[in-house]
Amino acid sequence: MKLTGWGRFPVVETQLRAPRDVAALQAMVTGDEPVIARGNGRSYGDSAVGTHTTLDMRHFDHMLSFDAETGVLVAEAGVLLGDVIDAFLPRGWFPMVTPGTKFVTLGGAIAADVHGKNHHVDGSFGTCVDWIDLMGPDGQIRRISRDDDADLFRHTLGGMGLTGVIVRTAIRLRPVETAWINQTTLPAPDLGTAMDLFEQHAHVPYSVAWIDCMSRGAHLGRSLVMLGDHAKRADLDAKKARTPLDAGHKGALSVPFDFPGFALNRWSVRAFNELYYRVGAWKPTKALVDWDTYFYPLDAVLKWNRIYGRRGFAQFQCVLPLDTARAGLTELLEAIAEAGAGSFLAVLKRFGPQDSAFSFPMEGYTLALDFPMKPHTLPLLDLLDAIAVTHGGRFYLAKDSRMRPDTLREADSRADEFEALREARGLKDHFASAQSERLSL
Amino acid sequence: MTALPVLILGARSDMGLAIAHAFAAAGHPIQLAARGSAGLETARTDLALRHGVEVTLHDFDVLDRDGFDGFLGGLPNLPEVAVSVVGYMGEQAENEQDLAQAALVMRTNYEGPAGILALLANRFEARGSGTLVGVSSVAGDRGRATNYVYGSAKAGFIAFLSGLRNRLAKKGVHVVTVLPGFVNTAMTEGLDLPEKLTAEPSEVGAAVLKAVQKGRNVIYVRRIWWLVMAIIRNIPEAVFKKLKL
Ligand SMILES: Cc1cc2nc3c(=O)[nH]c(=O)nc-3n(C[C@H](O)[C@H](O)[C@H](O)COP(=O)(O)OP(=O)(O)OC[C@H]3O[C@@H](n4cnc5c(N)ncnc54)[C@H](O)[C@@H]3O)c2cc1C
Repeated sequence: MKLTGWGRFPVVETQLRAPRDVAALQAMVTGDEPVIARGNGRSYGDSAVGTHTTLDMRHFDHMLSFDAETGVLVAEAGVLLGDVIDAFLPRGWFPMVTPGTKFVTLGGAIAADVHGKNHHVDGSFGTCVDWIDLMGPDGQIRRISRDDDADLFRHTLGGMGLTGVIVRTAIRLRPVETAWINQTTLPAPDLGTAMDLFEQHAHVPYSVAWIDCMSRGAHLGRSLVMLGDHAKRADLDAKKARTPLDAGHKGALSVPFDFPGFALNRWSVRAFNELYYRVGAWKPTKALVDWDTYFYPLDAVLKWNRIYGRRGFAQFQCVLPLDTARAGLTELLEAIAEAGAGSFLAVLKRFGPQDSAFSFPMEGYTLALDFPMKPHTLPLLDLLDAIAVTHGGRFYLAKDSRMRPDTLREADSRADEFEALREARGLKDHFASAQSERLSL
Repeated sequence: MTALPVLILGARSDMGLAIAHAFAAAGHPIQLAARGSAGLETARTDLALRHGVEVTLHDFDVLDRDGFDGFLGGLPNLPEVAVSVVGYMGEQAENEQDLAQAALVMRTNYEGPAGILALLANRFEARGSGTLVGVSSVAGDRGRATNYVYGSAKAGFIAFLSGLRNRLAKKGVHVVTVLPGFVNTAMTEGLDLPEKLTAEPSEVGAAVLKAVQKGRNVIYVRRIWWLVMAIIRNIPEAVFKKLKL
């Protein structure tokens, strides 16, 4: 069948199998064809699509144990982060790290070593992972951790499914008093101000900026910086304080069909961005926001990836080290504004330090944005790649769908080490995705 | 007072588990009944952990009529709601040739589920409360060449449930008939099903919970199936027999 990632590009012919138990999984992993695990398909490109066989892991969706003292949850890899929240937020626990959608599996969160708005304080998803039960090429499950086969463990965090199939994991949750977030919105008229705001508020747990990437000149990098922290019980009014861990449930809307291509052009995007900035700049700067709205605004619109039409879209996400970030981001934003190809979702975020084997984050600034697939898109993305590489940046594989293999190696010397580990452990012939083949990993 | 549990007969199935999750999420304790119920330990832990309710496992074989009384006697308490999701489709081609196979399909989809619900009905009637839910199938709405053995057993079950509802209506006991169309389960895996007509197991779970809470009588899980089956039922037999369905 034909399968894609969340960006709906590229479309890959693959055999999709959905094992229901360890024995079935074993049989598939030890077969002749290479396989790749797939979580909930929220990575944008081709990392969760195999050119041979793709293993849908969603039947591995059981929670196995929970320690109410330490907050350690043991669960199968196909459990969604949203299920974890549904089950444990009412008991006062929340994921330590969450990406911008709750529809990711634990396996996918580990394999991409996802980051949240709190990376500068808490690091990436890996920091809350105690151990991983990983199925190797021989079909055997090994429990790996920082103490047991640390090398494989470190490369499995951010290893994009290329080190084996994650079957079970133990993650630590964080205690919270309420289901609410104190949010402060700070308008920044340009990039420099936005970055200064990040630095000034480095102690605030959650921070992210939305960038208007249509504005140019003095307004280049105009943005809204949004700060947040988990509200305490005392922050709530009497009504909310009665059920502090329940912020109410909202239904989700769904985009029922593909938007025609003309609906998204530089004028509609510019108008949207202008409006969004104005509204944001006027709004009271402090607000109490429920967890779902705060962390997962996009989840409220299911299947929003259809907005970009049938041809799909590509996301660009790089991280630039601190010392080159200002110059690099300026160049990137100029190139994007020049092309008039910006998107609804341009996001800037400050990363904290991270030392890892192959995961994406490093200390610096990360910029992420969508581009609808149009004829000029791929050349523009190549240009952005080149700018990022010049400034010592690297790229997020969970978002990538089109990078060139030489770009990856230019940007990231760790790729060779990763490939060597794959060779040495006999993983290369067993685990491969369309992405790993494209990037020759 | 603690709430009485919901009994799921055929708990190993995707639909059975999804129904269990829906009721557990609403705070009901759960009794999972299936053959070799020890194999449901992971599902039990998962349900209990997620929803913070008590979940118990019970061995139950729908073909073992003589074991029904013992099974019911072995439950820690009489459930508030009992749901039968037991079913087995088999292969039509095989059912046409092999009467033992056909009998297995008939017994699994009709005799067994009707029998266990009959015993539960008597107990619920004596107590004066409870809800019985029978999951049948749209295949029972009209026999078709491609699965009439299965369909006929489901039809029998539909008629049985209707009669039971009629008998118990004034006794405080309610009966719900559930008619799922295509559902994305292990049974249908690999089949190329039309997306708009195919429900996820979780939709079945939500629909059954709602039907029980609202005291509905007969529900199609996806409303479109009501229309589809109304059309299929109304095709004149003279025409119908010539169709390939
Ligand atoms: C709206 C939206 C917002 C996002 N925001 C962020 C963000 O803020 N931060 C961030 O870091 N990411 C973000 N992402 C990306 C997303 O978090 C990652 O792509 C994540 O990996 C998706 O998880 P998944 O379960 O859908 O995995 P998939 O997309 O199915 O798979 C992703 C990778 O994980 C591997 N994998 C999945 N399951 C297993 C398993 N059991 N064993 C081994 N490997 C496995 C796959 O092989 C693949 O390489 C966002 C995505 C969306 C759609």
